[in-house]
Amino acid sequence: MTDRSFISEAEMPASRPIIFNAEKCTGCNSCIDICQVDLFIPNQVKGKPPIVLYPGECWYCGCCVAVCPSEGAISLRHPLMNQVHWIAKADLG
Amino acid sequence: MHNFEWPYPLEWDSEETSTADILVLGGGIAGCMAAISSARRGQSVVLVEKAATKMSGAGGSGCDHWESAATNPCSGLSPEELTQAMLDDNDGFNNGISHYIECREGYDRLLDIEGMGGKIRDTEDEFKGAAFRDDESKLMFAYDYRNRITLRIWGTTFKPAMYKEMKRLGVKIIDRVMVSSLLTEDGKQGGLCVGATGIHTRTGKFYVFRAKASIMCLSRPARIWLFSSDYTGLCEFRPPQCIGDGHAMGWRAGAEFTMMEKSVVAEFSAAGRSYPPYGAGNNHNTWYGASIIDSEGKEIPYTDRDGNILRSFEERFLPAKGQKFFLKGGSVDYPKYNYEGPETVPFAKMISQGYKLPFYADLSGMPETERKVIWGMMVGEEGKTKIPVYENYRKAGFDPEKHVLQCYGEGWTSASFLPQERQLFGLPGGFLNNWELQTNIEGLYVAGDSLYASNCYGHAAATGYYAGRHASKYASANGLADIRLEQVSTEKKRVYAPIHNNPENSIGWKELNMGIAKTMQNYCGEIKRDELLKIGLLRLQEYENKIIPETFAYNPHELVRLLEVFDILTVSQIILHSCLARKTSSKALCFNRGDENMYKKGEEMLITIKQINNQVITGERELCFFGDLKENYEKYNRDYKEGTYYDR
Repeated sequence: MTDRSFISEAEMPASRPIIFNAEKCTGCNSCIDICQVDLFIPNQVKGKPPIVLYPGECWYCGCCVAVCPSEGAISLRHPLMNQVHWIAKADLG
Repeated sequence: MHNFEWPYPLEWDSEETSTADILVLGGGIAGCMAAISSARRGQSVVLVEKAATKMSGAGGSGCDHWESAATNPCSGLSPEELTQAMLDDNDGFNNGISHYIECREGYDRLLDIEGMGGKIRDTEDEFKGAAFRDDESKLMFAYDYRNRITLRIWGTTFKPAMYKEMKRLGVKIIDRVMVSSLLTEDGKQGGLCVGATGIHTRTGKFYVFRAKASIMCLSRPARIWLFSSDYTGLCEFRPPQCIGDGHAMGWRAGAEFTMMEKSVVAEFSAAGRSYPPYGAGNNHNTWYGASIIDSEGKEIPYTDRDGNILRSFEERFLPAKGQKFFLKGGSVDYPKYNYEGPETVPFAKMISQGYKLPFYADLSGMPETERKVIWGMMVGEEGKTKIPVYENYRKAGFDPEKHVLQCYGEGWTSASFLPQERQLFGLPGGFLNNWELQTNIEGLYVAGDSLYASNCYGHAAATGYYAGRHASKYASANGLADIRLEQVSTEKKRVYAPIHNNPENSIGWKELNMGIAKTMQNYCGEIKRDELLKIGLLRLQEYENKIIPETFAYNPHELVRLLEVFDILTVSQIILHSCLARKTSSKALCFNRGDENMYKKGEEMLITIKQINNQVITGERELCFFGDLKENYEKYNRDYKEGTYYDR
């Protein structure tokens, strides 16, 4: 058992397209400024990663990652159903 | 339940007015080029964009192809030859005017964008000596290496370059504002266009725009048949906020449309039925020419249009014996024999010949330049590939020299849709235009995806720039007309109504969108019948009258999403009316009637549709109403100097 509540008011999202690394994110909000869907809102605590308020609206273009000035602070992840497989050619047949 | 406080100031009901010579609606490729063109002609320009102009719109995050650049120095085709082929390939159901502009001026726009800072050449000689490269100009081509009409481009550099150029030219860019309506003289449908209104997506502030001429550069409609509440952003190929607001507001203002009855079985979206565009194994568009192998490593041959197996790799990029050129690209799904290019053996045949599933795209054995141009350039520059595919796969260990990427389904789409899951793709319907790219509404010009039978990046850029020229001419000769305050206040009431409703028992935007999508699948699916289309229309009218008044939004963002769905509802009705007006099946329009024996088949015509006094009026136009392409183009563009791309 942890001190986390077992019941959350928010519905579990169908995917988490954006993952922040809180240690690397400076809270500059460049990702918020460029996102064409506008799925983020700024964190109320200055310097902290933005909040992904509308994850289902993500178009998965990756502009937020492309403009991020802090390498590794933000990453994009396709939903599980859209993750593609590859194999070493040598392992075929 | 919302756990966060809205972070932006709420400015419901407050109003801001902007006035300019030219108003550009939408800041995608067409909108930016329209603004640049107008500003270079000395016009004051306001551009309104729902997102952030710098990287927004369908082409904002990149593009790897520029099609139909028939005037580039390596082209083997004339603009007339290429446009005629595009018309012929669609039995005439294509926009002769806009595609001729694309063919004739597209290359000028590329040079123009290069001047702004976009990359269009292999300046680092990375692909020196490659079969697809012209070593003198350093331009790189795709598909047909003999005729060289489609260029490979570094499209991620384009939009930021256009943005910078607009700033330099003093274009007033208003981001994060959804355009919600057009304003017309005396508030009348079909009257002179005098401006538009908008709403801020973060603050809810109301905007009034006044201009001498306006240029409609908003997207094509989407989410008519396809919806997923969990993956709204993945419902269609284009970005989720690009849903056809322009078509809806144009309809309400009395604009005339054509080809709105055309829809195709969905081929490209990802809401559960397909994979990330160009992120799965395939051999089309971005991946054209890639080798495909089966699960035992056996290569699937490419054939020419007659089914002859191609022995060499180079032949994948050459016309067949006796064929001058072939067509491939965004809107060429099933080309006629005349224009058919090399393809891998059809799926069913491969299975019957004993090839084993699944198939894989295999770049490992290809010439190095061909492998690198697909994986690293095309996959990298194309819209949604740089970070989500190229970078992420690389980080996860994908090595194109060693690994093969799995294909899903049976074609380039890596997708599998039901027949009633449709979308407006492959030259869909839109605003009807004349040779000035003006609509039937005086002072309202149109470009890019708003146009009927629009397609790709080059088409958007070329028509945007062209519309800017002609709108500027109009604005120079005409004054600013008055807006009707009553029209503004009626619109204000419409857009704000949902926030005054009671959230308890209300309907949200997702529920309404899903209701529309299911209605369209049921009543306007693969096979059209009058009785079903009519019931569909009744259902949508019920939504309009009974459901819209019950909708609710918590904040400006959700209100904009809701207003978008209102627009989806409007567009769905245009589609149903248009389907009712077309009485017999049409292959070119992918339009199938189940009850056509009731009607006599007449000559193939364009069906036009608009509203006058809120009554739906349909009509007909000849397929080639635009007349001789070259002659008319030159008549209307005497002042345009070709080749002088930077005509400030």
